Amino acid sequence: MAQLLEVEQLKVSFRSHGGEVQAVRGVSFDIGHGEVLAVVGESGCGKSVTAQAIMKLLPKRGCNIKEGSIHFEGKDLLKMSGKEMKQLKGSQISMVFQDPMTSLNPTMKIGTQISEGIIKHKGLDKTQAKAKALELLKLAGIPNPESRYNQYPHELSGGMRQRVLIAIALACDPKLLIADEPTTALDVTIQAQILDLMKDLQHKFGTSIMLITHDLGVVAEMAQKVIVMYAGIVVESGTVADILERPKHPYTIGLLNSLPNYEDGEKERLIPIEGTPPDLYDPPTGCPFAARCEYAMEICVEELPKAFTVNDGHYSRCWLNDPRAPQVAEFAAAGRDES
Amino acid sequence: MKFILKRLLTMLLTIWVITTLTFVIMHTIPGDPFSSDSDVLPEEVLNNMRAKFNLDKPLPVQYVLYLKNLASFDLGPSIESETRSVNTLIAEGLPVSALLGFQALVIAIVSGLLLGIIASLFHNRTIDYAAMTIAILGISVPSFILAPLLIKFFAVQWGMLPVASWGTWKHTILPSVALAAGPLAIIARFTRSSMLEVLKQNYMKTADAKGLGAAGIVIKHGIRNAIIPVVSFMGPLVAHLLTGTFVIEKIFAIPGLGKYFVDSIFNRDYPVILGTTIFFSVILIVTLFLIDLSYRLIDPRIKLSSRGD
Ligand SMILES: Nc1ncnc2c1ncn2[C@@H]1O[C@H](COP(=O)(O)OP(=O)(O)OP(=O)(O)O)[C@@H](O)[C@H]1O
Ligand code: SF4
Ligand SMILES: [Mg+2]
Repeated sequence: MAQLLEVEQLKVSFRSHGGEVQAVRGVSFDIGHGEVLAVVGESGCGKSVTAQAIMKLLPKRGCNIKEGSIHFEGKDLLKMSGKEMKQLKGSQISMVFQDPMTSLNPTMKIGTQISEGIIKHKGLDKTQAKAKALELLKLAGIPNPESRYNQYPHELSGGMRQRVLIAIALACDPKLLIADEPTTALDVTIQAQILDLMKDLQHKFGTSIMLITHDLGVVAEMAQKVIVMYAGIVVESGTVADILERPKHPYTIGLLNSLPNYEDGEKERLIPIEGTPPDLYDPPTGCPFAARCEYAMEICVEELPKAFTVNDGHYSRCWLNDPRAPQVAEFAAAGRDES
Repeated sequence: MKFILKRLLTMLLTIWVITTLTFVIMHTIPGDPFSSDSDVLPEEVLNNMRAKFNLDKPLPVQYVLYLKNLASFDLGPSIESETRSVNTLIAEGLPVSALLGFQALVIAIVSGLLLGIIASLFHNRTIDYAAMTIAILGISVPSFILAPLLIKFFAVQWGMLPVASWGTWKHTILPSVALAAGPLAIIARFTRSSMLEVLKQNYMKTADAKGLGAAGIVIKHGIRNAIIPVVSFMGPLVAHLLTGTFVIEKIFAIPGLGKYFVDSIFNRDYPVILGTTIFFSVILIVTLFLIDLSYRLIDPRIKLSSRGD
């Protein structure tokens, strides 16, 4: 298999008091070697659940991976034994989480938190692991690694903690790094620094990255490919240029319009997408975006659109891409077209 | 260092307040150590006895005399057992009570933590329900009911252990278990809820993502964090154990401090009441202090400082 990671028709649901939450409803994508894939979408659309399904971090009870496969270097992670998975986690695939303030163990020295994974996966002894950990701290842009090594998380700022978490994630030279909104919790200036760091390290090691983000500016800067998620499905996918310059899904267009212009920094009027995503307890049978879509047609409510091929590698799950649909040449510019 | 000095001063002050309060309360209760002998012994003999123990002097004078002796660690004579001083009583009773209390504490902490951690790992499953049923029983069944039950089965019916009294190590098992049951149950419940909280934390996901495996995550990252709130609860727990010994020592006829303390109240044996109360207070206060220190060791976010308390 050519790709490093291939996710196929992944479906994940949670049992809860009110019934079954269908958080991820058939998601497919792949990530090549050295490639950065951005995953964008509103809060609650299933980005984190997808990421955690890959790492098998979802709760063992109450959560159900109903369907699909996740192939990493040709092997299906969902069929792997706990032991095999344990060897993979943290060494081949690793993860950086959203909230650096709570993602480090408050009662363990950060040095220990970095070196324990190294000891585990690389079979190094304590002194060797410490040397490697110091090197990683330096690599992650942390000044005075020697003294930081013996500090506890509460003695570090949010940005520093995220650098530590990046050092932990990169400790064993993983092939795939999953970064779940790595900068959302940080100040704007720190965000830029952390992104620069990730970009640097990505260039240096050629690590493949699955980058979950709200920020389309980050997408433009870091990624090669993008998937846009909405209510547990991928509504559009393609290259960065496809998605940012030639979007073919009303939701993607809405997302772009609701963000400050990332290219020339001109102040434009921001148009938020009105309404809220559908209830995942009982998702609609048709297009999940229909209730909020200004182009919604009859068929949209009745039938979930398939992934139409816009051009090679660019797919959109929107009926407007059907040859029979009314021509809306520029989705964004077009007026209301209710047939 | 400043923190420790400050704490030591506070501790001394606390002990002085406890001494004074006990002294006042003890003397406001009508009667004195000899009032029950008043129809047997002639008035003159009684007055001689009172004079011997300074009871004929005005209260403030008695109070000052007592504090003076206390300052040189002399807790005075026991009125009831004419030949022995309170210091001797404590010296005799302490090893017994200390062994009992220590064993109970170890049982309570070790089994309580284990039970709580196991319950949390099997959250809402049979093992969890079983563990919490045990815990609720342990909390709600008072030791004066549990102790006779233990005696009935383990000693009388199955003859595995001695019924009562003190001597060999076998004698210590039933009273230690009876004394430990309540604290054990409380620790188990505390640990369970604290561990459940920890298991939900983001840093546990970070640990999981490192590939440490389920056991590694819980042992390396879970337990220490889960113990922090439990440690803060150890103070009341030790107090619970101390008072528990009064009941248990009485039931099992164990010649420990608790028994002397209870007897002294019935006999109005003023020096023994005061002496044992002060002694128990010192133990409790020192334990609280040690717990506070260990709390600061376990949780790096708390620094030894004079502001920290
Ligand atoms: N442990 C869980 N139990 C029940 N439902 C869950 C659980 N975790 C996630 N969900 C549900 O799954 C859906 C998708 O959640 P997810 O965390 O993947 O969203 P997200 O896209 O990462 O959003 P955000 O941008 O806010 O991080 C949500 O509706 C959420 O309520
Ligand atoms: S399928 Fe219909 S409702 Fe859905 S996005 Fe396209 S036009 Fe809008
Ligand atoms: Mg998320």
